[in-house]
Amino acid sequence: MVPLWAYLLVAAGLFCLGAYGVLSRRNAIAVLMGIELMLNAVNINLVAFWRYLSPLNMAGQAFTAFIFVIAAAEAAVGLAIIISVYRSRQSVIVEDVDIMKW
Amino acid sequence: MIELNVQTIAFLICALFILGGGLGVVTTRNLIHATLYLILSLFGVAGFFVLLSAPFLAAVQVLVYIGAIAILIIFAVMLTRSMTQLRQVYNHQWTASAVVSGLLFALLVVGVILPVWGINGAQAVETVSEVVADTVDLGKALVDRNQYVLPFEVASLLLTAAMIGAIVIARDDE
Repeated sequence: MVPLWAYLLVAAGLFCLGAYGVLSRRNAIAVLMGIELMLNAVNINLVAFWRYLSPLNMAGQAFTAFIFVIAAAEAAVGLAIIISVYRSRQSVIVEDVDIMKW
Repeated sequence: MIELNVQTIAFLICALFILGGGLGVVTTRNLIHATLYLILSLFGVAGFFVLLSAPFLAAVQVLVYIGAIAILIIFAVMLTRSMTQLRQVYNHQWTASAVVSGLLFALLVVGVILPVWGINGAQAVETVSEVVADTVDLGKALVDRNQYVLPFEVASLLLTAAMIGAIVIARDDE
């Protein structure tokens, strides 16, 4: 089988790509896509550790299922907020939504 | 160190999908194209789940991430006309972001992956258990009173609350 560290390497790369997207993109929808990439990297890690370290304990798969739920909820609420902001300010650029900035 | 067989080739293809798709997501100007790259990346993750003998999670990955979240993102991109709006893709702190992400990757490689890899690849030859829990075990664990029934119910409640919240937030008030 492919060794564990190979999965961890891909997951680390995906997480850092997602983090870069979240930190550097101006479009709010692109920021949400970066968050999805980071959540997927976490899922790869959870399932890989489950498979290699304790394949009979269901914790890894169960937590991955919960992350699916969190991701769905986050995407639904996040996109609703983006559409609501776009309706009131005609913009999806993160820097334009600074009304709460002190 | 790693012998070349079908599984390794499938792993490499999926890794290529994941990292190439991820790179496309963070660099593409057109957001529709970025979403298509995201779908490619999510397919790669589903392939990883199959390789790691978690077929149920692979199916859920395709159904929930690609079937629901990616389509939702495409809807949002089209509703907000955001692909024609931007002159600049990145904000002014993108160099700092790249440095921080690169440092984080180096930290993960040195701090986590090298210890797992082990000194001169000792972990690479470890035997992996052939006995694996299947989907039935996952289903039982999720509704078992001694395991995950409470988090499971809380997750359902969270989903309901998120759906209602999304409707309320996105509703047109006027």
